[in-house]
Amino acid sequence: MGIEIVYFLIFPGLFFSGIIGGLISWADRKITARVQFRQGPPIFQPLYDFVKLLSKETIIPLHGSVTTYILAPVFALFGATISAVFILLPVLGLETGFAGDIIVIIYLLNIPSFAYIIGALASGNPLAAVGASREMKLILSYEMPFLLVLISIIIKSGMTIILSEIIGYQTANGAFIGSLSGIIGFITVMMCIQAKMGLVPFDMAEGEGEICDGITIEFSGSILAFFKLTRYIMFFALPALVAGLFFAGLSLSGIHILWSILKVFVIVLLITLIRNTNPRVRIDQAMRFFWLWMNLFAIISIVLALMGI
Amino acid sequence: MGIKEFCFKKSLWVFHLSAGSCNNCDIEILDLLTPRFDVERFGMKLVGSVRHADVLLVTGIVTKKTRSRVLEIYEQAPKPIIVIAIGACACTGGIFTSGYNFAGPLDTVIPVDAYVPGCPPKPEAMIAGVMKLLSKPAPANNEAIS
Repeated sequence: MGIEIVYFLIFPGLFFSGIIGGLISWADRKITARVQFRQGPPIFQPLYDFVKLLSKETIIPLHGSVTTYILAPVFALFGATISAVFILLPVLGLETGFAGDIIVIIYLLNIPSFAYIIGALASGNPLAAVGASREMKLILSYEMPFLLVLISIIIKSGMTIILSEIIGYQTANGAFIGSLSGIIGFITVMMCIQAKMGLVPFDMAEGEGEICDGITIEFSGSILAFFKLTRYIMFFALPALVAGLFFAGLSLSGIHILWSILKVFVIVLLITLIRNTNPRVRIDQAMRFFWLWMNLFAIISIVLALMGI
Repeated sequence: MGIKEFCFKKSLWVFHLSAGSCNNCDIEILDLLTPRFDVERFGMKLVGSVRHADVLLVTGIVTKKTRSRVLEIYEQAPKPIIVIAIGACACTGGIFTSGYNFAGPLDTVIPVDAYVPGCPPKPEAMIAGVMKLLSKPAPANNEAIS
């Protein structure tokens, strides 16, 4: 029991992935600034933002459900943390996980998005309702290609649904990114995690221009800080999952730690460059993109994986 | 200086409120985000919702139409909040002081922490105004007014 609490609160869980996720979020803002020929924020900026939000006043809206409104950020943080634990324990090679843990991860990764929707609808703001509706449509779009790519990964790794065995197969036979179906699947998964984190080509759920931050419009103070922390943790957990699925996992021993940092950094760099070179698409364009093109890519990846390419 | 105050000064999120301006000050505010001035290196950024804001930048004269809106926006913001009047119109009323639609300079409606005069003020002047405000001991005015 004791070691599980340590796993959840300290090492791969809340504390560790919060700090690494904050660093990754700083790197994202800094790379964005350098792309636009700006200087960028200092390295402790995510910490300053988080502490400042914790110390500000929290306003409860007059209309809507108060209990759900306050509990939604807590559920979002809980879901992000527990999914980070389930991802990072096998990916870092600490534990082997259990049979079917990749299916549990798929479910847990959806909890923050659902908490965003529930919190936005509980705040009683019409603009938040518009944001929640867009987030629902986005979940319906990106979930299917994500699952199809996971099927392709499972086929390539010899029909195993345990994340540590998938990583072990890659360390024995070479990473999946080296094959054609792996490359196609990697492109699809990058688009899916872009939508999962709500970054720019697919950030219509919190469109700052037209619906004033959408799903988080009514949140202020410490509950907004919880949403921020959720965002930081997801920023580490999702690249770690991609590193586990395509780059043979991360490692914390000796010189391998540099190699692991490079893997995560390459994925974050790709996410940030996609975010900086694309304008926002409309929700119907995003749905068409995922349902038509990304599903097609994922099915091609499955077929190639069945052929063994 | 405590940790809360230090983090507050290092991470100011700005909400921009036009109380009836001619758009010159607004353009100069947007200049602050461009590569030449780049206030993001001080941790400032523009936010879309007033619930996230720490600083309220008010531009333009307060007219009879917008007076109640300015008051409402100020009450919706989470405290502590800093109010900065940008431009001659928000500071004193400028050439519109005798206008029929003028409803007093900004500090007769809500408490103001810093004034940046000019028509429009230069972006350097806005950065200097915010820095002078932050070198004071603590952000003042945390009370809602009715």
